[in-house]
Amino acid sequence: MIRLPRPLTDPLIRANPVTLQILGICSALAVTTSLVTALTMCAALIFVLCAASGLISAIRRHIPQSIRLILQITIIATLVIVIDEVLRAHAFEISQRLSIFVGLIVTNCIVLGRAESFAMHHPVWPSMLDGLGNALGYSLVLVIVATIRELLGMGTLLGIPILPTTAEGGWFVPLRLMQLAPAAFFIIGLLIWAIRAARPEQVEHPDHRLVTLEPGAGS
Amino acid sequence: MTDILIAAIFTDNLALSFFLGICTFLAVSQRLSTALGLGLSVIVVQAITVPVNALIHRYLLAPGALSWIGLPQVDLGFLRIIVFIGVIAAMVQLLELLLDRFVPALHRALGIFLPLITVNCAILGGSLFMVERRYDLGEAIAWGIGSGAGWALAIILFAAIRERLRYSDMPQGLQGLGSAFIVTGLMSLGFAGFGGLVR
Repeated sequence: MIRLPRPLTDPLIRANPVTLQILGICSALAVTTSLVTALTMCAALIFVLCAASGLISAIRRHIPQSIRLILQITIIATLVIVIDEVLRAHAFEISQRLSIFVGLIVTNCIVLGRAESFAMHHPVWPSMLDGLGNALGYSLVLVIVATIRELLGMGTLLGIPILPTTAEGGWFVPLRLMQLAPAAFFIIGLLIWAIRAARPEQVEHPDHRLVTLEPGAGS
Repeated sequence: MTDILIAAIFTDNLALSFFLGICTFLAVSQRLSTALGLGLSVIVVQAITVPVNALIHRYLLAPGALSWIGLPQVDLGFLRIIVFIGVIAAMVQLLELLLDRFVPALHRALGIFLPLITVNCAILGGSLFMVERRYDLGEAIAWGIGSGAGWALAIILFAAIRERLRYSDMPQGLQGLGSAFIVTGLMSLGFAGFGGLVR
């Protein structure tokens, strides 16, 4: 078996940017009502994150320390504008459904976070791999949530009917809730629970611990 | 216009129905007092940046907006994202300077939150929604104040719930982030009940 480089595989589950570091959820949830929009969003983020990490890493020795954030944001915003215009030109319908959320990749904390913490200190190739890995980790969560929401909410996947709905003479009653905002929060919450049940080392230490008093030990 | 204001606070809540600013929402809601400070800063920044961006969009960026200097065919719409980010960063910086000079007490209270707000997607999202929904200046002011207030309301309620949750006994994997998401989902469900409020 080929061993994949660690920067690529780590962010998938062990250090997933969404479920472990709560980064980049803002945009992640709003586009998950259907799988098509989620996949488009993933593609946009993969492009922006890889390109931004690569570019920033390539010029990292020439960036003055004091204006590095502004520079990073400008590079990211430029890349986002590029992908936004490309989507508008070649996939207008999907770009309408993604509404403002492609533009919001600018403020996606994963992109700036990886630029600041990884790309500023590493050569181009590992930085791009790290970007790709984090983008894939983000995509994994997005695709899981979108699959659940579209399948249970409309009985379709990528627009193709999977579960026969009652409206078309089948047995499946679509869950309207799955298409609404709360469902996304619940699914991510349960997903985090599942990951942490399997990997207890990810659990945050609580600020307070409950102590059971011995019976008769006083108040 | 009152419709927009009410809708922005309750039915179109940025945090609970559009998932905007959720990173900050989850990270800075451990204590009620900090949530209050952050909520207040978001209201102020949002109420300033949305109208300013509305003006910039109307007179500089929209298709045909430059006709007042004789360039009616120019469409600078593609620059929207980068200009809005710049305006937000500049406004936040300006606000920080002004507060520091004239209201030092408030600056001490809100100071640490202001830089955080620059990269909060609720602020950029507010401005982008304003463009997408074609609000005029009056509506943009109502939307700015309302959406900021809605976000603040959500984070303050959430922080209050979290303070209580700290003492609850829940499964280990659910502690912290997991329960935070579930609680946000329940709040979002509750806010969905406001659905019929605005026609």
